[in-house]
Amino acid sequence: MKFEFAELPYAYDALEPHIDKQTMEIHHTKHHKAYFEKFTAALNDSEYADKSIEEIFANISKAPAVIRNNGGGYYNHNLFWHCMSPNGGGNPTGRLAEAINQKFGSLDEFKTKFNEAASNRFGSGWAWLCVKSDKSLSICSSANQDNPLMDVADCMGTPVMGLDVWEHAYYLKYQNRRPDYIGAFWNVVDWKSIGERYERLISQ
Amino acid sequence: MNLKLMLSASLLMAAFTAFSQSETKEKKPRVKPTRSQSTSASDRVNQRDRPHPLKPARFISEWMTPSSELKFNNLPYAYNALEPVIDSKTVEIHYDKHHRGYYNNFMAAVKGTELEKMPISRIFANISSHSSAVRNNAGGFFNHVLYWQNLSPDGGGEPSGELGKAINSTFGDFKTFSEKFSEAGKSRFGSGWAWLAIDLNTGELFITSTANQDNPLMNTAERRGIPILALDVWEHAYYLNYQNKRADYITAFWKKVNWPDVEAKYNGYKDMREEMKK
Ligand SMILES: [Fe+2]
Ligand SMILES: [Fe+2]
Repeated sequence: MKFEFAELPYAYDALEPHIDKQTMEIHHTKHHKAYFEKFTAALNDSEYADKSIEEIFANISKAPAVIRNNGGGYYNHNLFWHCMSPNGGGNPTGRLAEAINQKFGSLDEFKTKFNEAASNRFGSGWAWLCVKSDKSLSICSSANQDNPLMDVADCMGTPVMGLDVWEHAYYLKYQNRRPDYIGAFWNVVDWKSIGERYERLISQ
Repeated sequence: MNLKLMLSASLLMAAFTAFSQSETKEKKPRVKPTRSQSTSASDRVNQRDRPHPLKPARFISEWMTPSSELKFNNLPYAYNALEPVIDSKTVEIHYDKHHRGYYNNFMAAVKGTELEKMPISRIFANISSHSSAVRNNAGGFFNHVLYWQNLSPDGGGEPSGELGKAINSTFGDFKTFSEKFSEAGKSRFGSGWAWLAIDLNTGELFITSTANQDNPLMNTAERRGIPILALDVWEHAYYLNYQNKRADYITAFWKKVNWPDVEAKYNGYKDMREEMKK
């Protein structure tokens, strides 16, 4: 399959002051781009060249580390950019809001659980909101560039929201204060886009 | 030259008290260094009538201190002393926030448990049976102590003495060694450490890397050994100055390696393998 490295859906400074311009720029043009380049280079002429990324992830335990790390890094950041928006924040609506209330009790309780998953992930990794195969919601986290689509994941599912908690995602602005970064994420979280992914998944 | 030696010696002094109780508690008899342990730096220390930093007994007491008595010691240099290799703000946050956080969390994790009286080396030797709070914070505390000791404003160059010989015989030459070590640091994906360690079974030097705050003393390590040179490759160790360019940070790191400290660790620890296995 042919993979592309897309522009951000907003300007690098669009998420200021919650996420600073320099962080966004380096994160996208250096980190994300390097994952993309290493991933596509590793795919070339490999047995994975014709597969979809979902197929690759579903058998990632048999793939070399270069595919796992860079394929994950490529996919996860694509999702991440679409979980934030300059018009973000506020509350989810529609069926996602109903599902969150039903599963977690309230938006606040959901946020508390998600914050815990993101703060407690030791080292580098991601926190996720996933839709499981029975269409229920679940919160989890994974190490490094793993994700819940990978057969190695503790929690399996399709992520609709991902939060990068590698230090590179926040260190220039927040340094050691990861909880402050997580708090700031809720000011830019793109519920509209997350809600659309959720509705697409449950109607499949 | 003398100034450099004196600095090295005082750094060693500052360094080796990092794990142990304050000097006042244990007054050990001073023993003249044996020929193989003798270096100019250590002679200088003896001339100034201080305990010998290379004496194995000191290293044993350093490792054998009950965990609850471990102290969070001052950095052996100013925050800006490693500029421009490591910037002042990074050293300050790294030491005062990250490292201190690991220390405090480690103390909290052992408090009131049987681990309070256990030396940290024994905790590592059985780390698979302890909680992740103990594993992450004991590792985080210990690894950073090593890291700060391994660096010096006066660092750089190449090791000499027994360590220099051992590096040459194990890796061929210093250049090959430093390239392999750098590669271990670069290729550790995510957060972690690169290490030069003494194999617990054979006494050989080897290079390895570990994830997060693990280290080669842990019984979960791929190859177990006593670490003598530590390189932190968590992004917090370099991001303010180098951002995504970890390779540049690693290249610069060599300019500040405190070889007298690494040599002292090698000389002090190489006969302690049996102690560290328990
Ligand atoms: Fe990232
Ligand atoms: Fe660190």
